[in-house]
Amino acid sequence: MGTSGHRYKVVLGYGTCGIAAGATGVRDALEEAEKAGGYDMDFDIAGCMGYCFIEPVVEVFDSEGGSVIYGDMTAKKVAQLLDEHIKSGKVIEDWVVRKSDQPEAGEGDFLANQHRVVLRNCGKINPESIEEYIEIGGYEAAKKALATMSPDEVIEEVSAAGIRGRGGAGFPTGTKWGFARKSPGDIKYLICNADEGDPGAFMDRSVLEGDPHTVIEGMILAGYAIGARQGYIYCRAEYPLALKRLDIALEECHRRGFLGEGIFGSDWDFDIRIKKGAGAFVCGEETAMMASIEGKRGMPNPRPPFPANQGLWGKPTNINNVETLAAIPWIIANGGAEYAKTGTEKSKGTKVFCLAGKVRRSGLAEVPMGYTLRQVIFDVGGGVQAGKEFKAVQMGGPSGGCLPAALLDTLVDYDAIIATGAIMGSGGMIVADDRTCMVDLARYFLSFTQEESCGKCTPCRIGTKRMLEILERICEGRGEPDDIDKLDELAADIKAASLCALGGTAPNPVLTTLKYFRNEYEDHILNHKCTAGVCPALITLHIDPETCIGCGACVKVCPTEAITGEKKQPHVIDVEACIRCKMCLSRCPEDSIIAE
Amino acid sequence: MDQIKVEIDGSEFTAPAGSTILEIARANGVYIPTLCYDPRLTPYGACRLCLVEVEGARALLPSCYARAEDGMKIQTTNEKLERIRKTLVELLVSDHPMECMGCEKSGRCELQELAQRYDITESGYAGEKHEYIEFSENPFVTRDYNKCIMCGRCIRICREVQGVGVYDFVNRGFEAVPGTPFERPMQETPCEFCGQCISTCPTGAIKARPYEGDGRVAARDILRNACAYFHMSEEEMTKALGLEEWKVRTTCAYCGCGCQLDLHVIDNRIVEVTSPLMEGAGQGNLCVKGRFGYDFVGSRERLTRPLIRKGKKFVETDWDTALDLVAKKLGGTKKKSGADSIAVLASARITNEENYLIQKFARAGIGTNNVDHCARL
Repeated sequence: MGTSGHRYKVVLGYGTCGIAAGATGVRDALEEAEKAGGYDMDFDIAGCMGYCFIEPVVEVFDSEGGSVIYGDMTAKKVAQLLDEHIKSGKVIEDWVVRKSDQPEAGEGDFLANQHRVVLRNCGKINPESIEEYIEIGGYEAAKKALATMSPDEVIEEVSAAGIRGRGGAGFPTGTKWGFARKSPGDIKYLICNADEGDPGAFMDRSVLEGDPHTVIEGMILAGYAIGARQGYIYCRAEYPLALKRLDIALEECHRRGFLGEGIFGSDWDFDIRIKKGAGAFVCGEETAMMASIEGKRGMPNPRPPFPANQGLWGKPTNINNVETLAAIPWIIANGGAEYAKTGTEKSKGTKVFCLAGKVRRSGLAEVPMGYTLRQVIFDVGGGVQAGKEFKAVQMGGPSGGCLPAALLDTLVDYDAIIATGAIMGSGGMIVADDRTCMVDLARYFLSFTQEESCGKCTPCRIGTKRMLEILERICEGRGEPDDIDKLDELAADIKAASLCALGGTAPNPVLTTLKYFRNEYEDHILNHKCTAGVCPALITLHIDPETCIGCGACVKVCPTEAITGEKKQPHVIDVEACIRCKMCLSRCPEDSIIAE
Repeated sequence: MDQIKVEIDGSEFTAPAGSTILEIARANGVYIPTLCYDPRLTPYGACRLCLVEVEGARALLPSCYARAEDGMKIQTTNEKLERIRKTLVELLVSDHPMECMGCEKSGRCELQELAQRYDITESGYAGEKHEYIEFSENPFVTRDYNKCIMCGRCIRICREVQGVGVYDFVNRGFEAVPGTPFERPMQETPCEFCGQCISTCPTGAIKARPYEGDGRVAARDILRNACAYFHMSEEEMTKALGLEEWKVRTTCAYCGCGCQLDLHVIDNRIVEVTSPLMEGAGQGNLCVKGRFGYDFVGSRERLTRPLIRKGKKFVETDWDTALDLVAKKLGGTKKKSGADSIAVLASARITNEENYLIQKFARAGIGTNNVDHCARL
């Protein structure tokens, strides 16, 4: 990272996550300081660095290439940063997240335990500048391929890398490209699937916001390999910053002749258009996505015919996920064999996970395939938040499953994860602690799929609705003994009969929680107990008189005035008046309120 | 055309390449249940009832959609498939009003027939049911989406066959339902009221208002099967069973297309008009005139004998008298003012052969080329 003659370069993580945490104030303050002068520094923005748990994040590079990352930045802290670090060269130790010369300090092991290929540029370059991408070797892979490789050679390289589709299903990318290449027809299409929609998944957004040119370069390579002249990026409209940065990137590519007619001086034309998705989860499914691009209601169609034979407008079409495409330039630049050095026998390379939920360090984690889930959650993610116990990890979003602590040594590997009943999915990893009710979690995911079902096929439209009703009834304490059997039966038929993968995988959260946490279902139905203390109908709240300090914080928030007590004396909850909203629980400074 | 060989439930069949599994099964009398299938429409694959097991396939395939390949081994029925089908029908029934008693469609409702086949009287998956308002804002079509099973046939027939596209789905998931743009009344859409949506609706969700309450048609399939069994015509069978209703096959008289009509008659009164599926010129399709323009047949004002004007009054007469008068007047006019003073206007409501005779009459009989046709107007 050059500091263009200045002593320091200050880079602010300016993705949607950082902005949500207040990065705009930090940016304004830094820009003002740069404009005012007097500081020996350059200021620039970058995409998300992945430190969700401590956003906004600022990285200060010195002229020797070393860097310090500060977290939890605010506009107010900027002045101190400028005075101490930029003016006096003094690192503010209390704020340090990571130091390049002391990788173990602070939260350093978050990054130290990662292996970044897809995220290689995220948080390092300004995503709105093609120059910065070119400076670090961007578009070299595309130039090389177009000048020296045949399309078949590109496919061979990708096949040699062994990369499998990162959208979730894990189909070998090289093979998929081969199908589209061999499919007869003059007109072919390439689609980049950026309709990321799993709750708790945000890696595609981070890549698009942080390194859009990598995705575009990946698309150029994919288009060249399959023989497509037109590419589409299907990106959900709820990602305005990603769309804005893609727009800028496409415009710069057009200006430089990287897209359009005869690109990179070759005789091959390739262009990319953006299609904004209107917020339907099902449009992430290939056939629904193509229907949506064609201007129809986003509803899936049965396969076969597969997109490679009859896709967009009836033409051979290849669809790849953002993360897959982002790995392609690296593979072409460094060789498939180099990529394949990382990973397990059947799952090569790296996988980006979005750590969320009750994990201590939430954020973007790119790890080699073959890591254990334990390594991802504990070594990278820092384990469960203070004072709680790990209970489960939900993988693969609404199509995935919940795995218990006993399976923490499962490898990050498509086939190993499928064997557990979960799926790799797009990479959402939601950590649950002992205060998470697994029935409630299954209910949540099913309510999501039910709402996002397109309504076309019977099992998904009505079947998931009936499963959801059963789960709601169990959570409300009205479960019946044969409900578990009913869930099992419905789940099996929905999986077998649904038209697309949305319905076909919708029962997974229920099936895996039934498999690994059946006792919780039985507790709800037979004993009318929610041991995690979550389901309002099945819990009572009381105050531990040993630890209550009588501060009265709970009294103030209780909407039904159910809590009484003298000041500085243990308080009491009137069970009859309590509506179990748990407002008190979140306010108690001593964790004295017990839900069980 | 290339032929392929497939094995369905152990029997081998030959079919033209490109056929779907369902087409081959139906052509050979193998039953596969369907709800979203209509041979007039492109396959859709939504109801999932026609799922079959194909050897070597990763998943069950919708037979309406999947094209058969040479050498394919297909199972249309087994324990798993029947269990799934029963669950699917139960799910559909769980969101269906159980009011078959008063439903126009009873006896020829495709959902009712499947419920009967799978012995479902109430769903094992009871839950929330929709409560939509019935739309009957126009004189032709009533839409009761409580009975809708989301097969999409109305949407597809309107778009694919009529080229109009009045409907599409609105909302998602359990709340998804067909609808007009912004819930506009149908008369404010490009709807032509051809009633094709009525003709394809498998349940009582879309009904024809003109037929409402006029008595319903007997279960045709049952009748047809019984006829085949006893070697009787449908007429004989209806009479033998003492059924009041009779179905008269005729050709639509509104234009030269020649669509086949089935007039459903009770007590010598037409109560409904349908068109036999995949037969005749129309292949089961009708327009607004053919489907709904039948009330003139039983009209009291309908002319049954020729009338001759006497002074200010019309007086009934016989055909010979009337035709003699017309011949005399035409002859007189021709003599007085020449043949070209006469013009002959033919009608789309008669056959091509009759129209041919009319121009022959004009040219050879009268001697004029002044011949025209109302369809040009």
